Amino acid sequence: MASKTLYSQRDPMLKRDGFEDILEERRNSSDLKYALRCYAPVLYKGVTPCKANMLKNIVLQSDQLHYVINQVSQESGEAPDIIQEEASVILEEMAHRLQISTVRFFAFALSKAFKTLFQHVCVNEEGIQRLQQAIQEHPVVLLPSHRSYMDFLLMSYILYTYDLALPVIAAGMDFMGMKFVGEMLRMSGAFFIRRSFGGDKLYWAVFSEYVKTMLRNGFAPIEFFLEGTRSRTCKSLTPKLGLLNIVIEPFFKGEVFDVNLVPVSISYERILEESLYARELLGVPKPKESTSGLLKARRILSEDYGSIHVYFGQPVSVRSLAQGKVNRSTYNLFPRHIPRKPMEETQSFVNDTAYRIVRLQEDNMVLKPWVLMASLLLQNLEGLELSVLTEQTVWLRGLALSYAAFLDWPDHAPTAKVVSSSLALHRGLACVSGGRVSLVVGEPLGPVTPEEALFNRAVSVLSCASYRNQVLHVFLRPAMLAVAMHTAASSKKSEWPGLYNCFSFLWDMFSNDFILCPGDIVQDFEEACYLLVKTGAVQMPQQDIVMTDIGQPTLSFFNGLLEPFLQGYQVVCRYLCEEASEGLTEKQYIPAVRSFAVKLILAGNLRCYEVLSSDMQKNALAALLRMDAVRKVKVADQVTLIVNKMAVNSIDDILGGKLPTQKALLARL
Amino acid sequence: GAPLLLNCGRRPPTADSATAADKTNPRGKHCLWLCFRVLSSCLEIFVLCPPLTSDSISTVLAAATITMTLTSTVCFPRQEIMKWNGWGYSDSKFLFNKKGQAEFTGKRYRLSGMVLPSLQDWFENTFGASVNHKSPPALNASAVPPASLNEAFVEDLKATGIPFSHEAEDRVFRAHGHCLHEIFALREGKKFERVPDMVVWPNCHNDVVKIVELACKHNVCLIPYGGGTSVTSALECPPEETRCIVSLDTSQMNRILWIDEKNLVAHVEAGIIGQDLERLLNESGYCTGHEPDSMEFSSLGGWVATRASGMKKNVYGNIEDLVIHIKVVTPRGVIEKSCQGPRMSTGPDIHHFILGSEGTLGVVTEVTMKIRPIPEYQKYGSVVFPNFEAGVACLREVAKQRCAPASIRLMDNEQFQFGHALKPQVSSIFTNFVEGLKKFYITKFKGFDPHQLVVATLLFEGDRERVLQHEKQVYDIAATFGGLAAGEDNGQRGYILTFVIAYLRDLGMDYYVVAESFETSVPWDRVLDLCRNVKERINRECKERGVQFQPLTSCRVTQTYDAGACVYFYFAFNYRGLADPVHTYERVEHAAREEILANGGSLSHHHGVGKLRKEWMKESISSLGVGMLQSVKDYVDPDNIFGNRNLL
Repeated sequence: MASKTLYSQRDPMLKRDGFEDILEERRNSSDLKYALRCYAPVLYKGVTPCKANMLKNIVLQSDQLHYVINQVSQESGEAPDIIQEEASVILEEMAHRLQISTVRFFAFALSKAFKTLFQHVCVNEEGIQRLQQAIQEHPVVLLPSHRSYMDFLLMSYILYTYDLALPVIAAGMDFMGMKFVGEMLRMSGAFFIRRSFGGDKLYWAVFSEYVKTMLRNGFAPIEFFLEGTRSRTCKSLTPKLGLLNIVIEPFFKGEVFDVNLVPVSISYERILEESLYARELLGVPKPKESTSGLLKARRILSEDYGSIHVYFGQPVSVRSLAQGKVNRSTYNLFPRHIPRKPMEETQSFVNDTAYRIVRLQEDNMVLKPWVLMASLLLQNLEGLELSVLTEQTVWLRGLALSYAAFLDWPDHAPTAKVVSSSLALHRGLACVSGGRVSLVVGEPLGPVTPEEALFNRAVSVLSCASYRNQVLHVFLRPAMLAVAMHTAASSKKSEWPGLYNCFSFLWDMFSNDFILCPGDIVQDFEEACYLLVKTGAVQMPQQDIVMTDIGQPTLSFFNGLLEPFLQGYQVVCRYLCEEASEGLTEKQYIPAVRSFAVKLILAGNLRCYEVLSSDMQKNALAALLRMDAVRKVKVADQVTLIVNKMAVNSIDDILGGKLPTQKALLARL
Repeated sequence: GAPLLLNCGRRPPTADSATAADKTNPRGKHCLWLCFRVLSSCLEIFVLCPPLTSDSISTVLAAATITMTLTSTVCFPRQEIMKWNGWGYSDSKFLFNKKGQAEFTGKRYRLSGMVLPSLQDWFENTFGASVNHKSPPALNASAVPPASLNEAFVEDLKATGIPFSHEAEDRVFRAHGHCLHEIFALREGKKFERVPDMVVWPNCHNDVVKIVELACKHNVCLIPYGGGTSVTSALECPPEETRCIVSLDTSQMNRILWIDEKNLVAHVEAGIIGQDLERLLNESGYCTGHEPDSMEFSSLGGWVATRASGMKKNVYGNIEDLVIHIKVVTPRGVIEKSCQGPRMSTGPDIHHFILGSEGTLGVVTEVTMKIRPIPEYQKYGSVVFPNFEAGVACLREVAKQRCAPASIRLMDNEQFQFGHALKPQVSSIFTNFVEGLKKFYITKFKGFDPHQLVVATLLFEGDRERVLQHEKQVYDIAATFGGLAAGEDNGQRGYILTFVIAYLRDLGMDYYVVAESFETSVPWDRVLDLCRNVKERINRECKERGVQFQPLTSCRVTQTYDAGACVYFYFAFNYRGLADPVHTYERVEHAAREEILANGGSLSHHHGVGKLRKEWMKESISSLGVGMLQSVKDYVDPDNIFGNRNLL
């Protein structure tokens, strides 16, 4: 059941369950019957039976909310009644109205849609069984990865299919824009929260009490996305802690015996929003969610999106995780209904837990052969011979498997067949002509400017990168070590301490781009060494880490894998040193870096398109802010960036391998 | 108000006869000899010690005819009427008779001599145990470590004429309390690592002064022994103790020295046993009202030393509210106050160093405590609630309105069913029919789920009119929480359970079931969460530790306070298939205590710390607090004469 092993050394040969295709039955039997069948899920054993409407009353009458209402009333001078009314309006706007009839409608409609869109929807049934058990034992929080709008409909669809309790889902308010659809989602279990409500005490109180009440009463499993938003890059995003804090607190306060967190990994062979995301990252603004927009999306229905794999991970018991980490008795001396900022111990526990869960999500993401091919194509933007690509893909497959990647490689199919069918599915991204495989560049409509051509190319590079990104978590640690080896010395030999310094610099630098658990730096370094040694790429006689003869391809692949990131960050550094004006505001930063990069590319001085991605630009800035190379200053209502050019310059130099890490670290100080 | 001088008890043997007995008792034949002693003691009970019970608790304990002059309930030596490897009187025990029906033997209790037809079913269903799988005690008490005597101390002690003994039987009897691991070890014939080397029986305060002086002079370790009902390993001898350990048995200091009717206080020797104290006071028309569940066997000195709490504390108060004056003999001399003022502002109350000191500072020899006239009228009652939540809410409201009866307890569903299993055979079809009707009314008509409903038991005391008024008030409150009055009988049965539960543990141990109880106190708003989480934790831990059968976890709210409640847990499991059931049990209890602390419960409400819960003292009272207590210990007892190593 609940795993205790989360903190133990990661097992490279993870045991994973097999999958079952739930669409198969849908293709063979009536969808209507399926939508109308008897639905009687098992519930939490400690459930207090109550209707969605009663929930609201419980929340409005709770001590917790009363306390905050009185507090707000005292601060604002408004009568408590008025604040209470406000609270009730907030709750009305937020609350779900879970209804089985709406769920049945979705079950019917989605069955139809899924069958046209996808070849398979595969679910690990053992995970479902574990979940069913967990739901009976403890309040359950479902934590799926977030790559697509499909995610939460898909989750509810699967749970309905397996006759499991339907979750209530925390959704962003932006859905509410779609009037009808918003209400439909509400009736299928979504509750809506504002994207930001910074200092609004009342809002926070209503929201957190609403979630906690559902958790404590065992109303339904609670589902939310730790990443906070859909990842446009297919890399996992740094987890957001707000909701996790809320669902964990009842355990610390002894209001529930335990809370089970269930990481769910949803992997799409092809993401519906693929090119949409790339455009968004390049600065084409995201279309506002609207019902008509969704209708336009019907075009999508005519395409083949391969298959979906949904992996329900081992439920993680918060109780076991917190054992020895958080002393619950520190909650004994304060009334439980008074909101309090979590203690440091708790904060770091929640932060740690969030990272672990995201890593568990990553671990169980199913990778398709195309992901490996995309990684190779991106290192050869000018194209590759099909035979070479095939050969290298096979090689990479071996490497990935020895690093415990969860690869879904078709059994008994000849490699050439696997490669060609992957290319066929992703014909929008890559094409074969004259035996060479290269990225597709969007067909120009009429005459195009060089900028437009560049952007078209960037769209395919970024789309392709979103597949490569899916495999990064497998290779990340050894790849950073490979880069460190490459940077630290041009010789084949490097010493431990220097390498470690360089590794930890990269680790720190990239910790916004990748999921690197705070405090795990040493463990990650060890893992990197272990994996490289295991595959024979390096040897470690005593103090040294030495590249072996057969290690060359591995290490150079790894260097190439992280190259776009190194280059991207360097471009940002160079921009800040060379171009940035005095009063550069935070708002101007992204377009300015973009046009700086465009200039470099057009001038032929830069071949890296990924730096055009606003995601990378943001992450680079966040890293520089963290390293104190850039500071934010608030002037009037503008946030200005103050650049420490010396520091930025030396970071640029380390990334470029011109400066050993030690010195650079000093320069930072 | 002339001071009364009451004497009770057979005179102990002289010092010489004790040593003589020891010499004529070769260790090899000890086992046979012990069997003989046990047999002869049974005979003796008939001949010499007629079973006695107190009048004030006669409603609970069966009123047996008193045929002879008053004697102390606890004879000298005690093992003659009490079990040496189980709870209570040798003549009272549960057993399954040849028909497989449960019976309670003896004549002392209301349940005595009765057949309990539903107990077997309950027992087998609850624990997955079977009356066919017996785990009888292995009668092997021969393994007693040899006494290491301090000859010089013995010589000087002889000169004082205070009786003492180093017979193995006397020593082993005082080497333990009633923790599960202690009783289990006795039953299994396992060897205690360390037992007292000798036992002394002081007869009065001055005897104690002499003994403590000699102990200091010869560097001997003293462990005071009152009723022996400790459940915190407090009586266990520290295995690392190399000095001679002397168990100081206070049982002969059992007189009420005087009663002061003007101030309503009595001055009592601290060795007196609860039921004797009540009985003797009753003869003068008074009572203390202090009735801990162990009152048949526990002593006044023990209450003081552990900060005891009585069932009727709502009327009479806990021990700290009852004592007016305490006399304690310590290695530094005697501690007492100079007057009997009812309250003083003279710095921190030195009584509070003594209350709860658990025998680490000295021996409590005499106590002046409050007494009250015997109440005119007593009435039991009970209320059924649809579920535990409603019951707790009702108790909270009762506490809020400060109208708690002398006792109010809320038993959870498991305990309710347990109580039902103890119903004696119903004599007439009519009663059967009435019972059936009641059940029908509650479960069918009122819609209570028999697997959810809980019962509160009540005891009202005072003058008749007030009791009836009070009763109405409480029942009215209960009604607002969905409670239904369920009669006096159910209430009374709840209190019987308290007195026989420890006997039931012995029955369980005959059939592979181990059981224990533990308690805590907790703020009102956390009562429900704590109960649920602790039960769940126990279930979980049992599963993880390989217990094959679902354990019984049950709790009751036994006391209400303004700001919280006392919660009492029972926990039992069938240990078939476990290699070391005691170890398993201890790990589970340890986990349960951690869960209690994490949920805002206290380390102990009235059982005390002993050695069982020492490890949590720092966490409970801060290391500075422990330091404060330590510095008192260092001052009062620099040579650690009172070396039982409890508490700190």
